[in-house]
Amino acid sequence: MKMGEIIKILSLKEVTTGNAKLDEDVATAYVSDLLSDVIANAKKGCLWITLQCHPNIVAVGAMKEVAGIIIVNGKQPDGETIKKAKEEGIPIFTTEKNAFTVAGLLYHAGLR
Amino acid sequence: MRGFKGDLHIHTCLSPCADLEMSPLKVVKRAVERGLEIIAICDHNSAKNTPYAFNLSKKFPIVVLPGIEVNSVEEVHILSIFDTPEKALLLQEYVYKGINGKNDEELFGVQAVVNEFDEVEEIEDKLLISACSLSVDEIVRKTHSLGGIAIASHIDREAYSIIGKLGFIPPDLDLDGVEISKMGSIDLVPKGWTAISSSDAHYLDEIGEVWTVFYADSPDINGIKKAIKNGMVKIYGRNFSSHP
Repeated sequence: MKMGEIIKILSLKEVTTGNAKLDEDVATAYVSDLLSDVIANAKKGCLWITLQCHPNIVAVGAMKEVAGIIIVNGKQPDGETIKKAKEEGIPIFTTEKNAFTVAGLLYHAGLR
Repeated sequence: MRGFKGDLHIHTCLSPCADLEMSPLKVVKRAVERGLEIIAICDHNSAKNTPYAFNLSKKFPIVVLPGIEVNSVEEVHILSIFDTPEKALLLQEYVYKGINGKNDEELFGVQAVVNEFDEVEEIEDKLLISACSLSVDEIVRKTHSLGGIAIASHIDREAYSIIGKLGFIPPDLDLDGVEISKMGSIDLVPKGWTAISSSDAHYLDEIGEVWTVFYADSPDINGIKKAIKNGMVKIYGRNFSSHP
């Protein structure tokens, strides 16, 4: 599924303007708020759905070469997180939706 | 300089998950019986029992440091330890601003504020088990600005630990040290960090079950800080012991 399509389905707001590539193919997504679990179990290149906002999400995201990070529940990452994400070229999105809804909508749209 | 036997992570009956028997008086008495010379009282998100425990250190041959085990917005536990209850209570004020829920005793347990004579002063109704609104970075900074030390709790566990929640210790986080739990192993301590070991006692029998010897000029916050900074600690756990 194309990144642009995902952004549209979820009405995502990107907080790292310019990082998202709309025609990038996203193979799968992963939901977890335990960064140690993401390191251990998330697939490389996945779209990561979490409510964690700490700057460490960027390092973990870079390690797993994630397509992007969706921060749920209306939470806002701080300036440091956004700055690091821009440096790493990782798109971070925010949404008022919770993780269940985000994952459900993506699954419904065909993402596996 | 000599070694002081310490257990810097002990709960009291103010923590909902701790046994109601854990009054400041009983905790201090048991710590003395266990041969501990320095302890820190670290309840979840609150310091309300620390003034009473601190007063008891004047009656018993033990140093009592007032602290809080703060639950950060990332749900990481940080031990913030001070030399006076006033400082711990200042941090508490900061922490309390970000806790909105009310405790449910049926679900989580009673949160009793108990004085040094074993009398109940108050039942705390804030939801102390919840996360507060402060990030780990903010907790460490505030703790240091109040003259305290900040130690990441039980980093070997997945639940509520900095490594479990944040994957690794943020490189720019100015922690004084890390704690490994009584079930942990020293192999889990990241390179470059000094680990202490403490009981995280929720029951009287757990006090001093594992401990740390701090090599210091005096058994106080500065002595402890220096000992950790210089790696002058020896930890005694179930599965490990180490030499400085």
